[in-house]
Amino acid sequence: MTDVAVIGFAQAPNVRRTDGTTNGVEMLVPVFQQVLGQTGLAKEQVGFWCSGSSDYLAGRAFSFVSAVDAIGAFPPVMESHVEMDGAWALYEAWVKILTGEASTALAYGFGKSSAGLLRRVLALQLDPYVVAPLWPDSVSIAALQARLGIEAGRWTEEQMAQVAVRSRSAAAGNPAAQLSGTVDVAELLSRPYIADPLRAHDCAPITDGAAAVVLAAGDVAREHCARPAWITGFEHRIDSGSLGARDLLAAPSAAAAGRAAGAGTVDTAELHSPFTHQEILLRGELGLGEQVTVNPSGGPLSGNPMFAAGLARIGSAAAEIMAGRAGRALGHATSGPALQQNLVCVMEAR
Amino acid sequence: MTAPLSAPLEISFDYTRSLGPVLAKFMTALADRRILGSRGSDGRVHVPPAEFDPVSFAPPAELIEVGPEGTVLTWSWTDHPVDGQPLDRPFAWALIRLDGADTGMLHAVDGGSAGQMRTGMRVRPRWAAQTSGQITDIECFEPATQPARQSAAEPAAAAAGQAVAAGQAVAGQVADGAADGAEPVTMIITPVRLGYQHTASTEESRYLRALQDGKIIGQRCPACQKVYVPPRGACPTDGVPTTTDVELPDHGIVTTFCVVNVPFQGQRVATPYVAASILLDGADIAFQHLILGCAPDEVRMGMRVRAVWRPPEDWGTTSENIDHFEPTGEPDAPYESYAHHL
Repeated sequence: MTDVAVIGFAQAPNVRRTDGTTNGVEMLVPVFQQVLGQTGLAKEQVGFWCSGSSDYLAGRAFSFVSAVDAIGAFPPVMESHVEMDGAWALYEAWVKILTGEASTALAYGFGKSSAGLLRRVLALQLDPYVVAPLWPDSVSIAALQARLGIEAGRWTEEQMAQVAVRSRSAAAGNPAAQLSGTVDVAELLSRPYIADPLRAHDCAPITDGAAAVVLAAGDVAREHCARPAWITGFEHRIDSGSLGARDLLAAPSAAAAGRAAGAGTVDTAELHSPFTHQEILLRGELGLGEQVTVNPSGGPLSGNPMFAAGLARIGSAAAEIMAGRAGRALGHATSGPALQQNLVCVMEAR
Repeated sequence: MTAPLSAPLEISFDYTRSLGPVLAKFMTALADRRILGSRGSDGRVHVPPAEFDPVSFAPPAELIEVGPEGTVLTWSWTDHPVDGQPLDRPFAWALIRLDGADTGMLHAVDGGSAGQMRTGMRVRPRWAAQTSGQITDIECFEPATQPARQSAAEPAAAAAGQAVAAGQAVAGQVADGAADGAEPVTMIITPVRLGYQHTASTEESRYLRALQDGKIIGQRCPACQKVYVPPRGACPTDGVPTTTDVELPDHGIVTTFCVVNVPFQGQRVATPYVAASILLDGADIAFQHLILGCAPDEVRMGMRVRAVWRPPEDWGTTSENIDHFEPTGEPDAPYESYAHHL
């Protein structure tokens, strides 16, 4: 099988609100320039482009078509889009290279979450017959899962706060992070609930942002990157869309994707866990022991641009390898309510 | 730099959804104030019913009545409900396992305060005063220990909490599963309304502000030197923002056009009329506008046209300041002069 590696990663600053449009052009133009600059590739050398975004988030039809302007897509380019996080666009790009139709690809994701009321917009990813008409917001649904774990003794509010403390501390080294710095557990626990049992620090912030990852095959990768992050496993799985029918204290799709991709052998992991308790849950499902460094970037709790944050996890994990700080790393992405869908990409240095 | 223009944007759509055989029975029963679940091949009872058995993938063999009371499996408390949620005061979301069911159903519990909520507490449905075959027929759940509380007087609006009419169910032909004497429900209408703060790009904002002064501003791409009107956040050829302002005249030529004969919602001009690509003199990219002031069959490729502006007192930061374009009567441009713009 063709060897494929991540050879570049860039992201827009994670911020609470941008002045830009919801088609992402303003965020994407500099991100493309940065990631192509890293790799030394000209845009004409990119064989396939694939994006992840959502019209529900943008509040306009075909917002991803306007985003293509940021590529400079004339003369026409080979291009595709998924109405998913950019991590799934990266999966499509990886498959495209495996088929031999391209030797390089650029996947990107973007979202201006600040344009609407994010937790309400996300109600529309739920069953449209018996759930979405009640408009359950994403934070309240995550809180149902958090309480189950607290009452089952799987985690405590204090452990959840510790996740937030570690995340903000790690994010101090990430110039793109929205939230970073020193906070302490007692102080966090003194703050009010926003969706009992979740407090603000348990929830990823609302973030505008964009991210891009460049893939290349074999010698092209070696030519354009000193230490490529070679993909050794790339899998995604999905659990039932019915919230009440599945055990919310498990994420079988994460465990299955992790097993198939080889998650058990990594030294570093970037987890797409928009809520503190979900990082604890995912560590267990992916079999990540204490020796594994989790979310050295700060993870989504320090910045969660919708439709880009999952791709940014893979990019951040790859960046750890490319910089020589990790030997084998995984990037994880999730989609849907309460960790319904999960994707795992395992990469290594050679 | 002046901030880009932005304005609230509200979009809405009433989704009409066919229910299929399983959910049709579920919704029909709700209209009759009963709750149905499906028994799976493994014996588990799903509520709401599963349209296909999660184990065998076959349609459910039977639907059985469950509840009406149930047990809270987990809950979360919200102090600030958002538009459309079942209650407009603080309440709990909960997964509720109805008596006789094996799965939790997501709904609201009118629990008073977080301090009164408990996992394991018993709840019962509070039905809307008028039911129609929708999940919102259950206005919410309430603690089973409380005296029953009457539903709000305006059930539809209160249950859905929406300014637009709450969902209505539509009775249809399929009699299967109909409650005694009730019309079976086969379709539902679920309104979706979302609010955004919509923002024009920096470049579009310059264009729109100039229009307010009766000027047309294009911008030149610093890479390919083409003049775009409206200017763009990224030149589609080079992927960089257009930069240098170029003031353009309000006249140009029709490069290509079509005659619109099809009526559609929101149409402002009587059919037939002409929608055309218009290339302003000095611009490299055509934009679309209406050609009025002549019969549709007189419009030609290469025809010279000029803008007809609305009265200045009506001008705003909008493309609508130009009502339409009309023929100038000058000789047509030769095909070669605009062939590369097609």
